[in-house]
Amino acid sequence: MDILIQNLLNALQWGSFYALIALGYTLVYGVLLLINFAHGDVFMVGAYIAFFVATFFLGFVDLSPWLTLALTVPLTMLLTAGVGVTLERVAYRPLRRKGAHRLYVVITALMCGLMLENSNLALLGASRKKFPELLDKVIYTWGNVSVTNLKLIVIFTAIAVFILLEFIVTRTKIGMAMRGISYDKFAIPLMGIPIDNVIVFTFVLGSGMAGLAGLLFAMSYPILEPYMGALIGWKAFIAAVVGGIGDIRGAFLGGFLLGFIEVGVVAIFPSSYRDLFAFSILLMILWIKPTGIFGVAKTTKI
Amino acid sequence: MQKYSFNFGIWGMALIVVALSQLGALNLYFQSVIMFIGINVILSSSLNVVNGYMGEFSCGHAGFMCVGAYVSSILSVIFFSQNAIFGAPILPPELAIIGFPIVVIISGLVAGLTGLIVAIPSFKTRGDYLAIITIAANYMVISAIENVDVIGGSRGFMGMRKVVNAMTDVIDLPWMMIWVILGTYMSIWMIRRFVSSTYGKGIMAVSQDEVAAEIMSVNTNKMKMAAFMLSSGLAGVAGALFAHVLGYVNPQSFNIMKSTECLVMVYLGGMGSMGGAVLSAILFTVMLELLRFIIPAIDTGLHIINVLPDSYHLSQVWKWVLIPLTLILLMQFRPEGLMGNKELPKLFPGLKKFYKFK
Repeated sequence: MDILIQNLLNALQWGSFYALIALGYTLVYGVLLLINFAHGDVFMVGAYIAFFVATFFLGFVDLSPWLTLALTVPLTMLLTAGVGVTLERVAYRPLRRKGAHRLYVVITALMCGLMLENSNLALLGASRKKFPELLDKVIYTWGNVSVTNLKLIVIFTAIAVFILLEFIVTRTKIGMAMRGISYDKFAIPLMGIPIDNVIVFTFVLGSGMAGLAGLLFAMSYPILEPYMGALIGWKAFIAAVVGGIGDIRGAFLGGFLLGFIEVGVVAIFPSSYRDLFAFSILLMILWIKPTGIFGVAKTTKI
Repeated sequence: MQKYSFNFGIWGMALIVVALSQLGALNLYFQSVIMFIGINVILSSSLNVVNGYMGEFSCGHAGFMCVGAYVSSILSVIFFSQNAIFGAPILPPELAIIGFPIVVIISGLVAGLTGLIVAIPSFKTRGDYLAIITIAANYMVISAIENVDVIGGSRGFMGMRKVVNAMTDVIDLPWMMIWVILGTYMSIWMIRRFVSSTYGKGIMAVSQDEVAAEIMSVNTNKMKMAAFMLSSGLAGVAGALFAHVLGYVNPQSFNIMKSTECLVMVYLGGMGSMGGAVLSAILFTVMLELLRFIIPAIDTGLHIINVLPDSYHLSQVWKWVLIPLTLILLMQFRPEGLMGNKELPKLFPGLKKFYKFK
């Protein structure tokens, strides 16, 4: 029983990262119908930005860890959002203006991700960075179950972000504009809605969440390397698809589902089987429901 | 006679290359570059069947290559060479010359069967969801092979070098070069024959409009299955050749990065264009090898004019910054690739005299 609860908490933490990244994928896809393959690498850039910001405040300015954390969170989110918006401005928007085929935008996104990874590797070298300690570790134990405060923070952050995004998308005007764009891209500008601003806002939201996920990931697993975003990004994307891409509840659920599957597999089998089982189960889900759990089947007009 | 001169030209070039490598005029480095060009041509033209002609987005091509590489390595090591795990060779190693092409064909067939993992879901799903399935298939293949400890797991598998040496012991020729050239030629011939046949035109029909194709009595499910299995089978052939050229395989060398390389080649050359796929594979491989020499040259140049700090040196990683950048710029200014949906005679009408392009 204790082992079960312990694994459950681990799965919740692991799923939180997937969910946070999958939310970014889903937001952009829901509005633009574009798979932003660079999103996993935006998460990686977020972790690195968090590292630089935190070391700057700790080392050069010499602030206390608490104050540093309080400053790092908004700054990381802002700067990472800046990276996401830059990508949109430089790479995606010209293509969208030309009315290029969706596939070309996807390829561009894939290449942007590769560029981010490898330019990071080329500029900063292959040496791994050690993320500084910002939180004093507090361990709560009930019987044999132990939880660090960081784990709780991660889980609650994921839930809070989900509630916030759900609120923004379903209850605010800009959320309505987002849903409108995904419904009909051509009629929306005629209604006087600034389509580019809404898209930029979407990228700000998604990349900001990726930055937050990067910071939390770096705090939980304090070794940074340039390729850390690739695998997690792919997996989070698959999680988003399994949930039904373009749907915020789906992304959240898919992320946690993938987390549960992975931790469950590692608890029973050797850890090298993790990817095999995770992907096989996801394939099964997609075989049964081709558009994901919350996905709506699209009808094709003839 | 004039109609066949293109074919004669190709075979003449192949003969010259084999002769030069036999006489030692081409050093081993150039030989390996030519072999990798051949392998990349197979990869890009086979991915072109799905991504170009059929208009789906498959990004797990390296997974099937991995299957081909491993199947061929294990078979050739079991049958033709002494190995610590599999024991003595079942057949005499002198038979490797006859056995190797059979092994390559078998590995292609097995990889084609693996392609069913992607082909069967593709009946119902399309677009982005299919992209996921292909990525997942790639991860699954790699992960499955890593977990089989008999064939080395994540440490990789070697011993194919002995089989190649067994061939040269019988008749002293650059055998791998010959097999790669033959394999490349046969693959391109197969794809061209398939795509230009009446039956294969169904693939283009699926890419244009699936519903309309179904109404016009194209069996779309069968078409998709054929395209995916042909594509993954030829990727398996490429993998088999790759494994024997290198003499060592490792599951991690067939990860998403390798799949991305295949994608780069297809989109660089232009979707749905046989000539484009071949040309871009050649260009891409040559570009990679040239950058190997250009980057250090740029590095020393920049150090001479004191732009870079002394401690920092441009590494080979910059290659992988430049290649995506090239592709991004290409997508901005010529998104259909070098020759999107066109064949060579569209660009050079004079070629029609020498070859029957369909």
